Order: sequence, then structure tokens, then C-alpha cells
Amino acid sequence: MGWFKRIKEGITTSTKDKKETPEGLWYKCPECNTVVSTDEHKKNLWVCGECNYHSRVGSAEYFEILFDGGKFTEFNKAMSSGDPLKFEDTKKYPDRIKSSQKKTGLKDAIKTGQGKLNGRNLVICAMDFKFIGGSMGSVVGEKISRAIDVAVKEKCPLIIISKSGGARMMEAGFSLMQMAKTSAKLTLLAEAKLPYVSILTDPTTGGVTASFAMLGDINIAEPGALIGFAGPRVVKETIGKDLPEGFQTSEFVLEHGFLDFIVHRHQLKEKLAESFDFFAITSKTKK
Amino acid sequence: MPVLLEFEEPIGELLEQLEKAKEISEKGDVDTTKTVRDIEQKIKQKREEIYKNLTPWQRVQVSRHPERPYTLSYIKYLTNETFVELHGDRTVGDDKAMVGGFGKIDGQSFMIIGQQKGINTKMRQYRNFGMPNPEGYRKALRLMKMAEKFNKPVITLIDTPGAFPGLEAEERGQGEAIARNLFEMAKLKVPIICIVIGEGASGGALGIGVGDKVLMLENSWYSVISPENCSTILWRNWDHKIEAADALKLTSSDMLKNKLIDGIIKEPVGGAHIDPEATFENVKEAILTNVEKLKKLTPAKRVEKRIEKFAAMGSIS
Repeated sequence: MGWFKRIKEGITTSTKDKKETPEGLWYKCPECNTVVSTDEHKKNLWVCGECNYHSRVGSAEYFEILFDGGKFTEFNKAMSSGDPLKFEDTKKYPDRIKSSQKKTGLKDAIKTGQGKLNGRNLVICAMDFKFIGGSMGSVVGEKISRAIDVAVKEKCPLIIISKSGGARMMEAGFSLMQMAKTSAKLTLLAEAKLPYVSILTDPTTGGVTASFAMLGDINIAEPGALIGFAGPRVVKETIGKDLPEGFQTSEFVLEHGFLDFIVHRHQLKEKLAESFDFFAITSKTKK
Repeated sequence: MPVLLEFEEPIGELLEQLEKAKEISEKGDVDTTKTVRDIEQKIKQKREEIYKNLTPWQRVQVSRHPERPYTLSYIKYLTNETFVELHGDRTVGDDKAMVGGFGKIDGQSFMIIGQQKGINTKMRQYRNFGMPNPEGYRKALRLMKMAEKFNKPVITLIDTPGAFPGLEAEERGQGEAIARNLFEMAKLKVPIICIVIGEGASGGALGIGVGDKVLMLENSWYSVISPENCSTILWRNWDHKIEAADALKLTSSDMLKNKLIDGIIKEPVGGAHIDPEATFENVKEAILTNVEKLKKLTPAKRVEKRIEKFAAMGSIS
């Protein structure tokens, strides 16, 4: 017989007296279920310390990781999408944009800016998956296009960090042509002999894979990212079989010859600095 | 009798009457010449009536009409059978969904490339329903580079339900193959004329679609996704394909209005399949007039204008 006996049954604390645990104090890894504080998770650059699972992060985080001192000048901050087709599905497109802007605090699925990486001047474009699946419409295309113009003018390297489901359906033909637009603009960068490093992160598929993401002088991916043209579900439907283990992961894409290397987020900045050193278009320390 | 689409049903009855009248006339019992002429006139009128106001979804149906001419039929007519097909990407294999080679149009040499659909069940499989694998895009690029080397203009004929979404296609880099073509076509030194002759579905179409002049046949469609797949993603089933076709603004007139293409090539009333030769003639004329204009520019100027054209596409606020 126990020496403690419960006198009253059930929970007696009323809802209004309940103590709330503040949201977002803890992070639980979806791969290995390890729990760490969000502060610690952030310090570890949003990578699980146990299993190295790379959490999806956005432009703000990548800018903080890559730009020296987290300092940069952002381009075309206020640029937002038009509604060229008056597109309406279950929601009107401008309403969808507005609610996404409100929810995410972002204007569209990409941020572009200029700053220094280990002392070297460069332009970085980073996509945000949480804004309509990181989809590419006119704003993504135009911002990349203008970022390329800056890189050409300032004779500095370009990095694009891809994280996208592909072209944005609600801008239909306009979205499709952003693939041609960004690829065409990249020829100007190549013409000027300026290096372009493409970083593919989880996930990179569709029209983004089939345009600028695959066109880097160096293509890099984070570990375990989903990278492909057709989405895995579509491929599965096509072949009518289960997909092999590891299909369309960074490691698979590296093995098939479409990536130069895979880099852990902790080493990303160093690896980039090292690569730009080899390209050596501007000397790192000017006298 | 041509295969009729559902919205063409009113013509069906008239076509039957016409056949009967002709039969009677052949038997020699009664002279039906006048009746035949009248019915033919009625058919023409009815067709004009129907085709004057096609909805986007109806145009999609015309673009997929089983009798619609495919790439090789165009090539055969345009080049007056001087076409020499060239095969293979020199790496993996020869993609049957993408054809290409040299041919002469009015005495001028062209490199002509396009997706090819099959004309019957067996051939549709052989051509993979016009859905190229990466080696198709790489073959196309190899041929374009060769055209550049020998200073010959490039014509591409676009007709695909999309790039093939298979397992091997992913292994061999479908995304990279298309991306590479966009990049290389943007800076190719020779004139490029792209014509959407049927279906222009997404990256699979654009993979041979970056040109100085991008034209669409009147009843073709061009967009980021097919109406069916758009419906599946946005409404979770195929039932909204008609609304999706409207919403996508995928017709030639909408694409031109949005400045995403450079021009429209007229089709005979009733669609390209009603009178293929008339269609081919219109295409031929479009090619010859455009190539004349493009040849007047220097290669550098052409490339500059081509890049500027695509760079201007978009809608922002």
C-alpha cells in the first residue's frame, strides 16, 4: 500500500489559473527527437547537435550566418507582387499575398543584399520557403535580376541560396518566364567573369532547380536537402513504385554529378570564403 | 470525317448529312450537287461561329486534337523533304521525344528542333508522349551549338505536355538540362525563332523556348502548368480544369497581351488539323519574315535584345 493517497480525482486547477509554458522556448528535432532550448539551437546555427539535421531557415538567418557581423544593405526592400492575371482560386491572389506578408513579415519569397563575407564584398540572394512555399514569381525574378546587375557593376561575386517549391502558379506565364529571365541575366555575370555560387537547401525543386539553382560555377548543398526537378510524389506516380531510399537527397544529387560538394552549415561561410579565394577576382585585403 | 471535339457536336450532324448527300450523288440516282454545296456552306458557317468564341479550355482541347499536326509533319512540309535528322546527345542516348536536324526552307539552311508526339498508340509510347528526358534537352543544345558554329538560324517547334518526371530523368539531371538550355539559348549568337505549335507546358517547353522571336499558333497554349495539374494542386482534384484554364491565361492572345510572347500565327478556322497545309504555309511565312529581320542585326545586338526582352517580363508593384 502506498503512503500517498490521492484525495481528489482529476485536475482541479481552473483554466484561468493554468500556468502557460512560453512558446518557442524549446526545439525538438524532427529526426531524432532531441530537445534543446531555442537559444542553444540558434547558437548551433539551427542544426541538431545530435544528428546534424539542418532545420529550414530563411533569408534573415542566412544573412546573419554569412555576412560579416550580420551587416548588409538590403535591396528593393518594399518590392511586392502585382496581380497581372487577376488570379483567383480558393482565394484572390492579392489576398493570398497580403495574408502571407502579414503572417511572415516578409514582402515576398526572397531577400537580396550586399555586404562582406570574410572581408570580401559580395551580393547574396536568399529565398524564404515560408512565403508561399518559396515560389518564384515576378518579384523573385526581378530581385535576382537586379542583384545580378549590382554584382556586375561592383565586380563582385554572387551567391543565391535556393529554397523553393518552384515557379509560382498564381502568376502562371509570368512565373515561367522568370526562369528564362534569371538564367539570361546570369549570362551577363558569366560574361563579366564573376563567380556565381549556388547553394541548394531543403527543398529546391521545379522551376528553381531548372533555372538558376543548377547554374552555379559551383553548386553546393546542405546535407539531407530535397533537390529535384519533379517532386517525389509526381515521380512516384510516374513509375508506379516506391522510390529508392535517399532518392533526390543532396547526397543522391552529388553522387549523380550535379553538385560540387555538400557542406555542413557550420562550415558554410568558411567554405565559401575559401572558394572565392580560389576564384580570386578581388584581393581580400586591399592595401 | 474528322474527329470532333465535344463543343463541335453541332457540326457532326451536318457532316453526316453531307456524307449521305455525297453517297446519293455517287449512286447516280439524284443530282445533289446543290445540296452538297449548301451543306458545306452551313458547315463552314457553323464552324466559324463556334471558333469565333473559343474558351481557353476549348483551345486547350484543340491543341491536343488527335489529328493536330506534330513537329515532324511541319518539318517535312517546310523543308520540302530536305530534312536530315541528327540523333543523340553524345552522352547517354537518343531521345525520341525530341527531334532535330538540318533542313532547307526556301533554299536557306536552318537547324530545326522540336518535341515530337506519336501519331498512334505504339508511336505515342515510342515518343514518350512528347515528354523529353534530359538527353533530349542535351541533344537540342548540341544541335543549337552546332548551328551557332556554322552560323545557321535555329527554329524550335514546341509541343509537349512537360519534361518527363521519371526516376532516371531525375538521376540524369532533368533540372540541370533545362537550366543549361535556358542559359545557353540566351547567349546563342545565331537567330532563334521559337514556335509553340501545340502544348507549351512549363519548363519542358521553355527548355527549347528562349528565342529572339517566340510565336504561338492561335490555338496552342503555353503556361507554367497544365490546367489539370493546376486544378489538382489548387483544388485537390481535376474537376476545376476549366476554371484553371481560365485563370492561367494560357491562350496565345492572353500571352501576347501580357507581352510574354512576340506574336501569333493564324490557324485555319476549325484548327490546324482542318487544313494542315494552310497552317504550314502560315508558319513558313512567319519564319521567313522574322529571320530576315533578325539577320539584319549583329549577333551581339541580337543577344542583347533577347536578354533585355526576357529581363523585362514580370509584374511588380
